[in-house]
Amino acid sequence: MMAAIILVCSTVLFLQFFVFYCRSLIAVSSKQVLSPEVQDVTGISRTASGEDFARVMQLLQLCPERPEDRKSIRAIGVYFSLLNFLRSTIARMVPSMRVWTESERGHCAYFAAVALERRISFSRDMLAQQMDA
Amino acid sequence: MLGPVDWIISLLSVLFEASVVVCSLRRKSFRRHFFLNLYMSINVLVSAGQFRVLMHYGRSSLEYRYFYFYSEALLIIVLYFALTGLYLKVFEEMRVERYVRLGAVLLLAGTACFTYAVVSQSSHRMLTYFVFELSQNLYFVGLVLTYALWGAIVKLKETRALLVQFVLSLGVYFSAYAASYAMSNLRPDLYSYIFRLFPIIGCLLPLAWAYAIWRVPEDARLAPARLAVVPR
Repeated sequence: MMAAIILVCSTVLFLQFFVFYCRSLIAVSSKQVLSPEVQDVTGISRTASGEDFARVMQLLQLCPERPEDRKSIRAIGVYFSLLNFLRSTIARMVPSMRVWTESERGHCAYFAAVALERRISFSRDMLAQQMDA
Repeated sequence: MLGPVDWIISLLSVLFEASVVVCSLRRKSFRRHFFLNLYMSINVLVSAGQFRVLMHYGRSSLEYRYFYFYSEALLIIVLYFALTGLYLKVFEEMRVERYVRLGAVLLLAGTACFTYAVVSQSSHRMLTYFVFELSQNLYFVGLVLTYALWGAIVKLKETRALLVQFVLSLGVYFSAYAASYAMSNLRPDLYSYIFRLFPIIGCLLPLAWAYAIWRVPEDARLAPARLAVVPR
């Protein structure tokens, strides 16, 4: 009985904490302005839409990976899938939820674009170091 | 026998835990996040010990399980102090340090006594079962405390992004562990699969904290109330 209560509460709280954690990751990166070249590459200037996410993730895969952002990118990928699930189920019946999921999906795409920017500058630094050596 | 996945997870776990301490030292914030760093330092030692026992006896051995659960129970107690440290940061202006510490110790003792009372009535293999049950209950109490802290953060309009990320990742960690322990308690036949999840969940917290310390500036701000807003 005790274990069942713990399981149910933990699962609900896990989902809640996971969503808040992903949103805190997104909130920190949303203040960062994208450089003009990343804006050109991704087609995102100020606000991104959820449709951009897959494209930006493909671009991210092309860049050398940075160990420190691997987990946060994966977390946002899972969060994006969760939003897609909400969009195709509950959000169909609740219009305000639909607007919210759309805006969150856009934030996820913007987060991915910021991660892309970091990876590009990381690759540049590595190249510069190799040239110096 | 250790497979390549076991090797990778064990090594990554130690690496991530050490990286929290290294990031703190490089950011010159070791003393500011003392309890978090203390927990991670002890965790590195425990992980190294677990790795050694794992190499000698294998994952399914009784020795490894004993070592794992006893060291894990000790680690959660240290993690309680880290959580207490986060409480102190949130309530630092209220000067309630003494009460928070006293509350943490009482809660810890209460959880241990409650677990003992439950286990002594129902199990013949008391010591083994006690430590497993204690871990489950401690993780759950930790989760409830983290949730209360999150509530306080939202209520007090705490905006330090680093603190918010520490608390949220701790919530994810506690809830994942509590759910896994409860699941193995409910379905002992799934235990051998769930037991393999523990080291993976163990990697989440150090990775999230290392990322936060390295990436999020000390003065970064965000509005936690906005993170909790979901339309109805």
